[in-house]
Amino acid sequence: MQQPNKLSPFFENLNFERDDNTMVINFGPQHPSAHGQLRLVLELDGEQVVKAYPDIGYLHRGIEKMAENMTYNEFLPTTDRLDYIASTSNNYAYALAVEKLLGIEAPRRAQVIRTMLLELNRVISHLFFIATHALDVGAMSVFLYAFREREFAMDLMEDYCGARLTHSSVRIGGVPLDIPSGWMAQIRKFCDNVDYELEHTYNALLEENRIWKMRLEDVGVISPEDAMSWGCSGPMLRGSGIAYDIRKEEPYELYSELDFDIPIADTNDSYGRYRLYMEEMKQSTRMIRQLILMYDETEPQLMAHAPQYISAPKEEIMTQNYALMQHFVLVTQGMRPPKGEVYVPTESPKGELGFYIKSEGEPYAYRLKCRAPSFFHTGLLQEILVGTYIADVVTIIGSTNIVFGEVDR
Amino acid sequence: MRKYTPKDNVQGKAYYTDRYHVVPSVPTFDVATDEVFSKHLAAIEAVVEVKSAKIMLGQMIVEINHEDNFKAIETLKNECDYAILSEMSAVDYLAKDGNFEVFYQLHNLKDVKRMRLVMRIEQGLAVESVVPLYKSANFAEREMFDMFGIVSNNHPFMKRILMPDDWEGYPLLKTYPLHGDEFASWYEVDKIFGKDAREAIGPEIRDQAQIDRYDTKRFSRVGYEVPFGADISEGETETPIEYSKTLLVDYTKKSGKQLDKRK
Amino acid sequence: MAQHQVNYASTAGLPVALTTVDHLVNWGRSNSLWPLTYGLACCAIEMMASGASRYDFDRMGTIFRASPRQSDVMILAGTLSKKHSEFARRLYDQMTEPKWVISMGSCANTGGMFNTYATVQGVDRIIPVDIYLPGCAPRPETLQYALMMLQKKIRRESANMKNNKKQDLRLI
Repeated sequence: MQQPNKLSPFFENLNFERDDNTMVINFGPQHPSAHGQLRLVLELDGEQVVKAYPDIGYLHRGIEKMAENMTYNEFLPTTDRLDYIASTSNNYAYALAVEKLLGIEAPRRAQVIRTMLLELNRVISHLFFIATHALDVGAMSVFLYAFREREFAMDLMEDYCGARLTHSSVRIGGVPLDIPSGWMAQIRKFCDNVDYELEHTYNALLEENRIWKMRLEDVGVISPEDAMSWGCSGPMLRGSGIAYDIRKEEPYELYSELDFDIPIADTNDSYGRYRLYMEEMKQSTRMIRQLILMYDETEPQLMAHAPQYISAPKEEIMTQNYALMQHFVLVTQGMRPPKGEVYVPTESPKGELGFYIKSEGEPYAYRLKCRAPSFFHTGLLQEILVGTYIADVVTIIGSTNIVFGEVDR
Repeated sequence: MRKYTPKDNVQGKAYYTDRYHVVPSVPTFDVATDEVFSKHLAAIEAVVEVKSAKIMLGQMIVEINHEDNFKAIETLKNECDYAILSEMSAVDYLAKDGNFEVFYQLHNLKDVKRMRLVMRIEQGLAVESVVPLYKSANFAEREMFDMFGIVSNNHPFMKRILMPDDWEGYPLLKTYPLHGDEFASWYEVDKIFGKDAREAIGPEIRDQAQIDRYDTKRFSRVGYEVPFGADISEGETETPIEYSKTLLVDYTKKSGKQLDKRK
Repeated sequence: MAQHQVNYASTAGLPVALTTVDHLVNWGRSNSLWPLTYGLACCAIEMMASGASRYDFDRMGTIFRASPRQSDVMILAGTLSKKHSEFARRLYDQMTEPKWVISMGSCANTGGMFNTYATVQGVDRIIPVDIYLPGCAPRPETLQYALMMLQKKIRRESANMKNNKKQDLRLI
């Protein structure tokens, strides 16, 4: 490393011409298309990338350490800040892991609401992907259109839980709230709207757009072997022609009862992944429509009945002495799951999001490890960027759909 | 008498535990109950020594010696179709047992099976890197080194990943406090302004409920606004609250715009 | 408020507007605040949302710039980690005077919920902040309100930046 002093100040951006005539440029950590705080050190030969080195950790906030110092219910709002584009999927993955450990299951209505929120979050996240990916590649108008639709979805989330971004809309053992009146009609309208816009706005703007195709086709090709070796999951794995979706193969929640397809792309490039994201949104709206019908057939119970771990409903706490005592103990001391370890994978919009929890029977988790999909997708960058041109670097970063709250935790 | 606080584990602890509290365990099953897993276990047993094996919550957990990790994972990858290394990291058991537990979470796409390979390793020893088998271990092993200080042998780039290169200490150890140590608390000040600036900037405020009535740099009172950093130990004068005229909208009036109609 | 609208009736038909240099300069500064796109974490998404279709930041003369050399306001949106802190300070130094800082969200204000070893407990430890914007994450309307507050603040300031008392930190 260069030693800076007053005469030769520290130039990080340019490592001026060396004998082998490659140039080292520093991409980030503040870069508008780095999707957060990614710092890439790129070694260039002319315009071609010879070596890429992703430097992460600029958003490391010590979330795993916080988990060791918080009771299980206290930690739940922190999971919002992992993948902050689709918060509910993180809340859900964490809640599911703890539920597995406790051996409880959420009641039917809570499952319907959770699955619906998960799919709504998938739509939010994918719309965000289309928006930012298009913006990075140069299609500014798609960004504005996609954010328009996304705001409607945010309104729905806000009507349900009160927050736009950090939802905390799932609790361990169920959901805190029932669906407000009129919400179902609105979400049905939203689904119709998204389907219409997907066809008539995004497809019309991008699908056959010559510039879009030139920038995306055959860019960022990941072979199936590489995808598996680098631990890719979700759309990145399916974008390489491997039909593996955790919702289908290891179904959790209500996915075993729903009728949906798993789109795959076998071109392995960015354009295929873009098509896949568009198709997944259609599948999500299809699932939400089925769930609206399922909701009417459920009982109104929202939280699982497990007095040892989960507080009783509000009415019972206010009226029954024993429920109040249980609630007091659970709030002041926290729940104590049995001793054991669990790893639960879920299919978040980015890929396989799993929580590994090691419990020693204490109210605090002994160790919590968040298996974040974006972390491994970032690792992949150091290989697929080599040999590409500098203009394609941004496309490839965009199509991996990484989010830094999750990468650095 | 001062309350005893253990130094080897400074993480959150239950402030009260019932003296008759018995810690229950998650039920475990014998590997023989699952056909596929018993086949996989037999494949590992053929190459390395297996210390224990069980099935917990649908996933097989196999414990091996830490010298054998590469051989065992190679067998699992090539013979048992565990194509993906989902996750690997460590758990700090230094206070309890004097060692770390390193785990490898493996995923079989073909049979839809997940298993965990665990091994205990003493502090100061290194594990063999599995990067030649799974490239995803590249970042994961670096993170393990960053967080616990467990080095991986033959790793292509064994450096810190999440914390800065010049960081001291390993944050996920049980001995490392949540708020950081002395080095961590002055890190950004030392780095940007130098150690001389410590006094001018002052220590970090970690108590989130702290309120200082006379600190006009960080706090203000509505209706008693004073210039930034003014001395108010003598008392401050009351300033009438100045409401913005243009921004206030009278919602009590019947206006044409309904807020709920925004969709 | 700057008297920039020419009222021909009151100036006897002459195209003349009388004002002070302070007013004129501050009118220009406050109505074309160009923020740096400095999204750090969750709040960055809300910052993007406020720049996008529904909230439309552009109507306030606020156009996001990607380079610190072209921007006047630094909106620190999100958690600032210790590893990132030196870059934040360097970007602040690279911005040309006059410059202002909005600290957006609880994490940037005080460290917020991330009371851990890795986060800076308030960005005012390394750069002087003009507007603190509470919330986790603040809504886009809140960010727009913060920017309007900053405009109000600028209009009250002296056009000569040397006369404005800023935090001592700037001198270090």
